[in-house]
Amino acid sequence: MRVSFRINGDPVAVEVEPRLHLADCLRDVLSLTGTHLGCEHGACGACTVIVDGTAVRACLMLTVQAEGTSVVTVEGLSSDDALSPLQTAFRKHHALQCGFCTPGMLTTAHALLTEEPDADADRIRSALSGNLCRCTGYIPIVEAVLEARAAYRKADKP
Amino acid sequence: MIGTNRYIGSPVERIEDLRFLRGRGQFVGDLKRESMLHAAILRSPVAHGLIAAINPAAALAIAGVRAVITAKDVGGVPRIPLRLLPLPGTERFLQPVIAADRVRYVGEPVAVALADSPALAEDGVGAIALDIEELPPVPDRHVSGRGDILLYEEAGTNAAMIFTGDKGDADAAFRDADYVGRHRFAVQRHTALPMEPRGVLAEWDAAQGRMTVLGAAKVPFFNRDTLAAMLGLLPAEVDLIENDVGGGFGARGEFYPEDFLIPFAARHVGRPVRWLEDRREHLTAMNHARQADCEIEIACRSDGTILGVRGEVFVDLGAYVRTNGLIQPRTLAQCLTGPYRVPNVRITSTALLTNKTPSGTYRAPGRYEGSFFCERLIELAARDLGIDSAEMRLRNLISGGEMPYRLPRLEPVGPAGDTECDSGDYRETLERCLAEFGWEEKRALQGREIDGRYHGLAVACFIEGGGAGPKETARLDLEADGTASVYVGSTAVGQGLETVMAQIAADTLGMPLGQVRVLHGSTPFLDEGYGAFASRSTVLGGSAVFEAANALLAEIRAAAGARLGCAAEQVEVEDGYARAPDGRSLAFADLAAGGLRVTTAFGNDNRLTYTYGSAAAHVAVDPGTGDVELLDCLVVEDVGRIVNPLTLHGQAIGGMVQGLGGAFLEHLVYDATGQLLAGNLADYLIPTATDFPKIRAIALENHRSPSNPLGVKGAGEGAIIPIGGLMANAVANALASFGAMPNQLPLSSARVWHMGSAKKSTGSSE
Repeated sequence: MRVSFRINGDPVAVEVEPRLHLADCLRDVLSLTGTHLGCEHGACGACTVIVDGTAVRACLMLTVQAEGTSVVTVEGLSSDDALSPLQTAFRKHHALQCGFCTPGMLTTAHALLTEEPDADADRIRSALSGNLCRCTGYIPIVEAVLEARAAYRKADKP
Repeated sequence: MIGTNRYIGSPVERIEDLRFLRGRGQFVGDLKRESMLHAAILRSPVAHGLIAAINPAAALAIAGVRAVITAKDVGGVPRIPLRLLPLPGTERFLQPVIAADRVRYVGEPVAVALADSPALAEDGVGAIALDIEELPPVPDRHVSGRGDILLYEEAGTNAAMIFTGDKGDADAAFRDADYVGRHRFAVQRHTALPMEPRGVLAEWDAAQGRMTVLGAAKVPFFNRDTLAAMLGLLPAEVDLIENDVGGGFGARGEFYPEDFLIPFAARHVGRPVRWLEDRREHLTAMNHARQADCEIEIACRSDGTILGVRGEVFVDLGAYVRTNGLIQPRTLAQCLTGPYRVPNVRITSTALLTNKTPSGTYRAPGRYEGSFFCERLIELAARDLGIDSAEMRLRNLISGGEMPYRLPRLEPVGPAGDTECDSGDYRETLERCLAEFGWEEKRALQGREIDGRYHGLAVACFIEGGGAGPKETARLDLEADGTASVYVGSTAVGQGLETVMAQIAADTLGMPLGQVRVLHGSTPFLDEGYGAFASRSTVLGGSAVFEAANALLAEIRAAAGARLGCAAEQVEVEDGYARAPDGRSLAFADLAAGGLRVTTAFGNDNRLTYTYGSAAAHVAVDPGTGDVELLDCLVVEDVGRIVNPLTLHGQAIGGMVQGLGGAFLEHLVYDATGQLLAGNLADYLIPTATDFPKIRAIALENHRSPSNPLGVKGAGEGAIIPIGGLMANAVANALASFGAMPNQLPLSSARVWHMGSAKKSTGSSE
């Protein structure tokens, strides 16, 4: 089937089997391997991408469901030359070790802070509780997201 | 000698983060090759049985399924050798790379389907007709120990190995004791669970006779030699390439059946083959860990002085002895008494085979379990003797004056397995921990009910043996552009290896961090190397880099001295320049033309480093729901010397939360037929962001290790160790008025509720 959507701002059209889920489409058809698969049944959150502003599990969404949407992956969160404020905060707080869950953490946090730049620590923990990390114990991830809020507030009010 | 140390000891942000944060990591699943086939593996659906027939015809009839490989195609089926503790007798229990006639656990590989896509390969697996005559399973270590059902009839026993740890005269100590306490404890089967499932991509170059395997981790050099022997190739004809690795924790990167089957398949079909594990197969295929129980006794004087510990430990090892499977029972026999002065010890640790996934190491193998046993035992002794928990431990910790302190002699290994605590003042970390935690003020809450919840406090102490194993190798090249390349045999599993090695090299060479690149793990970089286990990378790999950098520095000085007309020792090195006393200088780039390169191996004769520390916790338990809220949890450890406080803190906090998963959540439940009931991440629960937000860690560097030139100690596994015992004691103290005896992990809500629902003070024991 032919499916058209926007990926990180650019329009794409892909020809896929109906059964292909969005994560496999991103990774195998579009070669955007930053979206990771940790369980393929919606439990770990590593494959989280942002579809029309909402964080979704790309392993639980069929590619055909992306028709007409705008999809943002980890590759779309920063420009080539600089990390985004959220990514910078992750690095500063050592909010990643092996880096495998990181794309899903970043997309989930980005979607949250875009909507709720004043989210408190409890709200952040709650929003991230669907994303599993085995390395960090989550503490530095929450610290990084708290710190990144300032940049989203500014972006909100130019 | 280290110069200005701009980097060592500083919270240097990680080099590797720049690619991970942008989604540019290169994990094995991100890699493809032209004309690559995809593999899926048919695994035994039963725990114990004889293979009557395997018929691949229906699979091969599917368009796009290219081949099915079974034991017949492999021919003489190799068995996977032990990497650690290859003791006589263990050869009987080694795992074949594919089941030929008998299956011994659910998940054991039986056939491999190769197809044009992963989905077609899975279709192929589903179409293979597998006929197994079921045998009665051995579902647990009790049935195993009776020996009436044998996993290996020819061996005549299900006991894979029996270790003893011996010191002094335990029986005499018990005869003379004022107090003896005897208890049973158990730790459940759980697993490392790295977030990235495993994967292998193998390419066979028939013209060159070369095998290249991507997706290697942890110990690529040992695995290269093992694979080469199995394939009838020379080690020089096999390259193992380490890509980014999504977590290891001891389990990933050991030699598993797939590490043979996928390269074999690539050679078999003459095309690249990739296999990516899915999470369900991960949970039955990758090493399990931790399952052990014991009946142990403690002997004390009435003042709480420990005189002896003795007893029996049983490990439920699963169906085969895997590469490092004996480390857990070994460590339980030798190190169960942890950081405490116990002059008389006799522990027997029996590794029993069962029809379950084989077990291996998981972060602090044997130490987490042993600490739980020991800390519960000591806590119960303190309670019975009317001594404060902290005072009991202060009284019995090994003191600085007793260093080096010899741990029990291990049999059947003998003197070669002797180990001793290397340095430190164990009371120092406990006193710091108690002060930071506020033990004196919080003690008043012990056992108290506030708003329907019962408060409990506990303290525990630990040692972490690290820096073990063979030498590690490092090579340093001064490049033509004046930068330095560091090649090291250590491997990265997410711990920040590139940054830490770059810090050590940059400081030693007096270069900016940005001019040092670190390449690691892959076998083509070095003739020899080893890898990452036993918290050894900074100790052995870091020391190898340090010594190689010093040797390279000497060459830089000599070359600069010759060019500048001064003695080598007069040359000052700073920021990538070598300066003569008269102020003239040469850039490293000008010196590199001479081809400056140094290779150094560093070993410490297997003298372990012992990081040590103490932990304290405060919980509130709701007896009506079984909910345990962790209100505070602190680990204070002394790691000898800190290279990067940021990554070290990450290791401590991450380890603590993993330990909390083992204490409260994680459980690989099996039924009586040997079926795994926790086969996905909705059933196998690991901690999430909301579970344990109140944890803290403090690292000290007051007592360096004498075993290496940096003075560092292995520090990746310490903070997880005390957590199981700490949590059980905190819950026990909270529910003391109910007579709660939390002697088994995990402390699931159901189990805690059960303890708290017993009528007050009538006692409830598990």
